[in-house]
Order: sequence, then C-alpha cells, then structure tokens
Amino acid sequence: MTAPELKINDLHVSVEGKSIVKGFDLDMKGGEIHALMGPNGTGKSTVASALMGHPKYEVTSGQALLNEQNLLDMAVDERARAGMFLAMQYPSEVSGVSNADFLRTAINGRRGEGNEIPLMKFIKTLDKKMNMLEMDESFAERYVNEGFSGGEKKRNEILQLMMLEPKFAILDEIDSGLDIDALKWVAKGVNSMRSENFGCLIITHYQRLLNYIKPDKVHIMMQGRIVKTGGPELALQLEKEGYDGMKAELGIKDDETVEA
Amino acid sequence: MATEQQQLPDIEEYKYGFREKDVSVFRTKRGLTEDIVREISKKKNEPEWMLNYRLKGLHHFYKRPMPQWGADLSGLDFDDLTYYVKPVDNQGRSWDEVPDEIKDTFDKLGIPEAERKYLAGVSAQYESEVVYHSMKDELEKDGVIFLDTDSALQKHEELFKQYFGKVIAYADNKFSALNAACWSGGSFVYIPKGVVCKTPLQAYFRINSESMGQFERTLIIVDQGASVHYVEGCTAPVYSSSSLHSGIVEIYVCKDAYCRYTTIQNWANNVYNLVTQRAICEDHATMEWVDGNIGSAVTMKYPSVVLKGEGSRGSTLTIAIGGKGQNQDSGSKMIHLAPNTSSTIISKSIAKNGGNVTYRGKVHFSPKAKNSRSHIECDTLIMDDQSTSDTIPYNEVLNKDISMEHEAKVSKVSEEQLFYLMSRGLTEQEATEMIVMGFIEPFTKELPMEYAVEMNRLIKYNMEGSIG
Repeated sequence: MTAPELKINDLHVSVEGKSIVKGFDLDMKGGEIHALMGPNGTGKSTVASALMGHPKYEVTSGQALLNEQNLLDMAVDERARAGMFLAMQYPSEVSGVSNADFLRTAINGRRGEGNEIPLMKFIKTLDKKMNMLEMDESFAERYVNEGFSGGEKKRNEILQLMMLEPKFAILDEIDSGLDIDALKWVAKGVNSMRSENFGCLIITHYQRLLNYIKPDKVHIMMQGRIVKTGGPELALQLEKEGYDGMKAELGIKDDETVEA
Repeated sequence: MATEQQQLPDIEEYKYGFREKDVSVFRTKRGLTEDIVREISKKKNEPEWMLNYRLKGLHHFYKRPMPQWGADLSGLDFDDLTYYVKPVDNQGRSWDEVPDEIKDTFDKLGIPEAERKYLAGVSAQYESEVVYHSMKDELEKDGVIFLDTDSALQKHEELFKQYFGKVIAYADNKFSALNAACWSGGSFVYIPKGVVCKTPLQAYFRINSESMGQFERTLIIVDQGASVHYVEGCTAPVYSSSSLHSGIVEIYVCKDAYCRYTTIQNWANNVYNLVTQRAICEDHATMEWVDGNIGSAVTMKYPSVVLKGEGSRGSTLTIAIGGKGQNQDSGSKMIHLAPNTSSTIISKSIAKNGGNVTYRGKVHFSPKAKNSRSHIECDTLIMDDQSTSDTIPYNEVLNKDISMEHEAKVSKVSEEQLFYLMSRGLTEQEATEMIVMGFIEPFTKELPMEYAVEMNRLIKYNMEGSIG
C-alpha cells in the first residue's frame, strides 16, 4: 500500500453566508503529523468541519482530494469510509447507545457486510486500546459521551480514532480541557497510530501538546489561510512571541477576526 | 461538502406485509347484527349467560356515540367489517397439526424457533381463533391455566364467570361494548396462589383477513402472592381497506401478587387499534404495563391500573411510533384509591414523516389515597419538521397528602448528532436508527432477555428499515 495523500487547494468555506476560510492550502502524506495553530476565530475548526462535510459549512470553492478522490463530492459517511476522521471539539451525546455498540457498528460499516469484525477480536482490541488510554472498563458499556467529563469525551474521541484506524485524522483542539495526565494518554494514543498509512492534523492553541506529539510541520493560520509554515521550532517561537509577534513579523495589520 | 442530501430511507414500509391465502373455514357476513352475534355464540357452543352478555354489549354499542375526544375515527365503517372469522375447525396442539399456510406465516415471524428455545407456552392467535397453543409441563403441574379464552370458558366456566367483565364492564366505552358483543380468542391465564412463573408466558397475535375486525379478549388472574409475566406481540399484513382491532385485556392482581404485561402492537398502517386494557390491584399488589405501539393508522390505548388495595403499585412504560398518516394517541391511567399507593408512567414517543403522537394520561388521587405518589415522564423524539406531538396530562387530586411529579421533554434528532455518527462511517440511515434505538432503549431493555433479540428485530424492521 502506498502512503495515503491529502491535498487541499485554495479552499474557501462560508458559514451562514459569511466567508471564513479564504484560500486554505495543505498537502499531507501518510506518516506525517502536522500542527495547525493560530489565534481564535481564524477558521481552523471551520477547515476541519468542512473537510468532514458538516452540513452547516459550505465550501464555496477549492478542492480537497484524498488519494485523488474528491472528498467534497462525498457524503459525510463516505468521507469517513474513505479514511477521514475528525476528533471533535464538542462530541455529541447519544443516549441509550453503548460506546461498544457504537464502535462495532462503525467498524462493521467500514468493513462491509459479510466482513464484520469477529466479536472476540473486537472485544480484545477494545480492551487493549482502552487500557492504553487508561480508560475504565465501564466506558465500553456507558452511553456514548453521556455524562462524560470534558476529558473523558476527548479520550473517547481518541479511542474511536484508534479503533477505526483512518488514513487521516484531524484532531480539533483535542487538548482543550485536558489535565496533564490525560494529555499524556491522548498523546500516547496518537503516537501509537504513527505509521506510513496514517497522517494527522492537530489543531491546537498551545505548544504543550506538541511536546508529547512531535509534529513534522507546523502551520500558522490567520484570517482564513495559512500564513506561515515551518518545523516544530515554529511552535516554540510562537509560544515565546505570541500571535502579535507573528503578525508583526508577517506584516499582518488588520485584526479582522471571524467566528470559529 | 456533500453536494446531494442523501435520501432518508423510508422506514414506514411495513416489513411483515406478506399475506397468505385465506384458509378460513367459516366467516360471518359483513356488518354487525343481532343474528351475527347469536351465530358467533352458537358456533362457539357458549352458555346462555355469555350470549346474553354479548347481546347487552351489542345494544350498548348501538346506542353509545363515538368518542368525541382523542384520535380521528371518521374513517371507520362498522358496516364494512367482518366480525368473526374462524380459520380452522380444531385447535392445533402440536406444531405438526397446524396447517402449512398458517405455519408459513408463523415461520416468517420466527415463532417456532422462539418457542423451541425459551417459551414456557405459546398461544398464537391467527385471525379470530387460537390455532396453536402449547404449554410446558411444569406450568400445568403448578395448576397454571393458560388457554385461549374460548376454551377457558368451556373448561373453567365458574372461574371464568367470576372475573369476566369485572375489570372492564361492557358499558365502559363504545369499543368495550363492541368487544363484549363479538369477542373471540385472546388468552386466559390463571396463576394459583403463591405460584411464581419464572419464564414469561407468550402469545402472538396476527390478523390476516381483509376488513376483518379482531376482538380478542384476554383475562389474566394472578392469585394471592403469585407472579407472572405475560408477553404478547402483534403483527399484521398490509391491506388496502381498514381493519379494526378492538381488544380487551382485563387483569386482576390479588393481594401481594405481581403481574407484568408486555405487548408490542405492530399492526399494519391501515388498522384502527382501539384497545381497552385495565388492571385492578389489591393490597400490596404490583401491576406493570410495558406497551409498544408501532404500526396502525390510529391507536387509542391507555393501559390503566386501578390501585384499589393499600400499598399497591402500578407502572406503565410505553413507546409509540407515529409515521405518515398515523395517529398514535396513547398513554396511561393510574387511579389511586387507597393509601400508600404509588405509580409511575414513562412514555416515549417518536413522531416522523408527518405523523402525530399524543400522550394522553390521567392520574387520579381519591380522598382515601393518603401518602400516595405518582411520577410521570413524557419524552418525545421528533424526526422532522412535518411531524407533531402533544402531551395532554389530566390530574385529579382529591386529597392533599400526595406527591406528584411530571416531566416532559421534546427533542429533535439533531444535525450535530447525525453528523457525529456519520463522521464515524455510519450511513444516514444507520445513524438515525442508532439514535432512535437509543431513545427507546429504556423500553427494549425491559423486554424478556430470551426474547429481546427477536422483538428488537421486529421493532427495527418496522420502524427503521433493516440494520442487518
């Protein structure tokens, strides 16, 4: 299998008629981890939701190709089955459906009829991954995200990531609301996924998470597009100088902010 | 961005809409006359008192006006129905004796398999008579009677007469009068003092003749300290003209006894389902209704418990699913007549494709019902903008020493939830199914474990298309 490839060209996205993402470009390959940083309201989460196909986010122009397949032509579930994954900032709760049932249905949906995952194999894999994330066994039987704390929800997102094994994952502020231990577990989970067949885009405000998951590239997003790309050192520079310093360096003057 | 909105699967399609050739050996003419009632009674070789009871019911039916509340019943034409259809002459006791065509229908519903594996006794009503009836030996040894109602009248007339029509009088409402006049089939259950039935008693009902009314009559008596769980599921094939189902379930729960009655009403979308279900609880008795209403054009059904004895308890757990052209008007009544009584009503409704679901409930506390309490919860899930729901609670409180809670919640399947599930690779149909199944989970988890798989499948098929 050749490494998967995600190519985004000149993406423009509007939410309720308001233009938020204005010419977003990104190339990622399997085996790479990229970080996407930037101040609040520059459109980072909008990129993530639009790539996954959230109905509220309208792609007005541009292209997104996963292994040369046009993602933008696909329904949400087709994108997922093609290999996209989005760890959400605010995961939904689904009452009455156990985490385990949900995961098994999702896995079997990907594998297709007649190729369902054997139950014992599923349970063993789930136990192993939950163990790695230091999640209590009871999480398998609890209803999806219902009554979960913020940190538990985030870990649950990573559990799904590990179980579903997508080609590309976007982690939308997976570190927000996590204490240092949870941060480490999440990082451990993501690092365990590292392979030629997996690429990951980490959206974050803070350099902290990047101490645990070392990115190959760091992108700074402002005003709806990537304004600077560098290596891990860019995140450190940002931590030191803040976004204002970055703006000054890049000569970005107007402080036009948009909703995330 | 998904360029095309995916078509929502049509979950209204009735999956058990197969229909067998009519194998009836006897059926009455259309319309209901005194002659027909006499004919039914004669055919069944009934005692005089039952014929008289039927005739009283008939005359009350004639003069009683149609109910002016609840669902719209204007499409119901009493002159265009057949009131009695007898499919075979003798009741089959073992599976081999059941005619092949009927057997095929049952096979499609998976009854024999369920029976082989787990069931203590199966009594499946096909058209108006019970054609298949079996009981496990242990039950018979304990003195449990589990018969179709017609046979029970023949074999246990004294016991029968003592309780028949005592919980629900023929004059209770127009449809109880109609049932009194032309009832046929149903189950008769008697659990002797102190006998605890460990496995549920099961009956399947099915109507399969166009424009045929089905008026089954179920009578359950749970004697002192005894305990039983009775389960009944219904499916019917699709027909073009309207059918009427107007059953009666009477339950008498004696001192310290326990009864749970679980039913899945799964009629085809043109059936009028107008059922009267009521239980009386004596001291410290418990009655639980677990009631699912999935199909039918119109349902009016309010399982009730009369808490007559001190410290008695009643509960109702209902789900109603109303789709296109359907009106599910259901709920429960709890009548507190004695001190220290308690009741719970949990109603879960789903409205979709322009359907309407109504919760209509009544809780009554009499002056004697001191230190009694009631808890009511109504949850509605609305699937689209065309569907509607109403919650209509009536409370009558005639003493101050009670407590009552009422919670009502209406939610919609949200874009966010669908997006979340679909982003994990579930199709829109699977995602919707998952949300719906989760919503009714408090109901499905109450079904008997041994039977849950089959019942779950039935609910899924009928509500949501198939998950596989």
